Amino acid sequence: MSPALAVYVKECRESLRDKRILLNALILGPLLGPLLFVGLLGFAIGHEREQADKPLPVVIIGAERAPNLVAALEQQGLQALPEPGDGDGDGAVREQRASLALRIGDHFAEDWRAGRPAQVDIIYDSSQREGGSQFERLHGMLENYSRRTGAMRLIARGLVPSAGSGLLIATRDQATPQARGALLFAMLPYFLILTSFIGGMWLAIDSTAGERERQSLEPLLVNPVARERILLGKLCAAASFSFTSLTLGLLAFSIAVRFLPSQRVEMSLSLGPAVMGTILLMMVPLVLLIVISQMVVAAFAKSYREAQTYVGLLQLLPLIPSIALSVLPVTPQLWMYSLPLIGQQLAMLRLLRGEAVTALPLALCTLVTVVAAVAAFLVAKRIYESERLAVNA
Amino acid sequence: MIELQQLHKTFGGKIAVQDVSFSAPDGQITGLLGPNGAGKTTTLRMLYTLLKPDRGRITVDGVDAALQPLEVRRRLGVLPDARGLYKRLTARENIAYFAQLHGLDAQLIRRRSDALIETLAMQDIAERRVEGFSQGERVKTAIARALVHDPHHIVLDEPSNGLDVMATRSLRDFLRQLKAQGRCVLFSTHIMQEVAALCDRIVIIAGGRVVADGTAAQLRELAGEQSLEEAFVKIIGSAAVGELA
Repeated sequence: MSPALAVYVKECRESLRDKRILLNALILGPLLGPLLFVGLLGFAIGHEREQADKPLPVVIIGAERAPNLVAALEQQGLQALPEPGDGDGDGAVREQRASLALRIGDHFAEDWRAGRPAQVDIIYDSSQREGGSQFERLHGMLENYSRRTGAMRLIARGLVPSAGSGLLIATRDQATPQARGALLFAMLPYFLILTSFIGGMWLAIDSTAGERERQSLEPLLVNPVARERILLGKLCAAASFSFTSLTLGLLAFSIAVRFLPSQRVEMSLSLGPAVMGTILLMMVPLVLLIVISQMVVAAFAKSYREAQTYVGLLQLLPLIPSIALSVLPVTPQLWMYSLPLIGQQLAMLRLLRGEAVTALPLALCTLVTVVAAVAAFLVAKRIYESERLAVNA
Repeated sequence: MIELQQLHKTFGGKIAVQDVSFSAPDGQITGLLGPNGAGKTTTLRMLYTLLKPDRGRITVDGVDAALQPLEVRRRLGVLPDARGLYKRLTARENIAYFAQLHGLDAQLIRRRSDALIETLAMQDIAERRVEGFSQGERVKTAIARALVHDPHHIVLDEPSNGLDVMATRSLRDFLRQLKAQGRCVLFSTHIMQEVAALCDRIVIIAGGRVVADGTAAQLRELAGEQSLEEAFVKIIGSAAVGELA
């Protein structure tokens, strides 16, 4: 057995016997993301649909001045609530006794009969969580009613109602169902990258800072094995755990996605075997880069705890491009694929949207990540070959 | 045969070892005796190529440690100051891991491990995980791990640290066995009785320098004292005075 393989086998065996590593790297890491994510998303989707079907409760002030209007609104799903005792709609909304109020103007009946625009006030609070969408619904209902009665009046005067509209506006959304899904799934690449970080982290720390703290590094280095082989064995072990975590995480996502009511809100996410295979393959160099960076950071630290802190901070790194990509309205450019972490996230997003990723960005992204991983390996090798590694002098 | 010539090592401007020369011949037990912080561990670490000396030369059977560090490490069986075992592995797995790193095949590993387990009377702990081992059981496992590749030269840094009387006795017997097999045994200690009981040759080191080198009788004669302990105190005392002067 070659020495690097011996190191690899020993590191894997030892880690598989550590409940904490198993729990973190192979269970919590891969499952936490999908469960949290799908749980939240499922709740959000369900809530939205529920809101759309539910009657809209509105406090109506002065309903007796416009019985026809109120009846028409009730047909569209409005639930008229009784007027508060003091007749103060603004106060009711401000103090959150009602989420929405409609005030019929004092001269509504006169104006209506005279064919003049009759005034109604919508009272709402846009800072409330559902204030915006409820307002939209009520506003839409009123618009409808206004348009209908307007058209009737034109016809009554012998005019064609369409003369009242200068434009005919139609909208066509070009988003495919997958793309609409991917908008919600924009954070999925981050979860997958984070899972790779969590999967490799424990081994990376344990086999460097941990081994030094337990004083087993010195006896290990006394063996007639070049240090880079020892490094290579440890690194492959950490990468195996990281990759296993990633695979489990991806599988968990593909299963969890089926529990989303995504069909009913016209969304779908392509996470079939082909997409999963491409994602895993594309992630190989990134996983290597991640675990080598973790080992470099862990080797720098003086103690296990210190290493945990630094590696934990390193974990926040992929969050930056994820947030940037989901907040800033950037169109992906080719050069962006040449940035490790960002390149993979962009490519994953495209794949999840059900779009093809061409060979050029994939090759670029892979090449740059491989170069970065090799550079990180050389840094790790230097640290491993320094006297400082084993001796706390 | 281990030879160290004029070794010199500083850590960040502080001299740890200065002009240390001595040799450890085959078929003998050589003791490196000195108070805590005298430079024993640093000297041994340079011998097993964990540290590079600033100056000086180390050879093991004529092989230069600076030029062929892997070859030198292959010839040495080392029990370092840091004994860390892998606590989630069994004693036998700990031993086998180092044997694999030495490139031994599975059959040979089995045979050597069995022999060492028997010699060191570890039969009842061999298949147990190291977690929860007593200090004596740990040292036995660490020694078996260090010797599994059947090295001709054996280097032990404070081997009796933390051992009780019985364990110390069996360790001494074991070192005598190694000597009887014609091996070169070099160990460091700060305990007088240890060298008196075991060593053919004693190298006294203090303040990073070799202050005396010889048999027990030669050292007593040198210091003009009847007991080795008095001789040790006197030699180290004069070295400390020399340092001040």
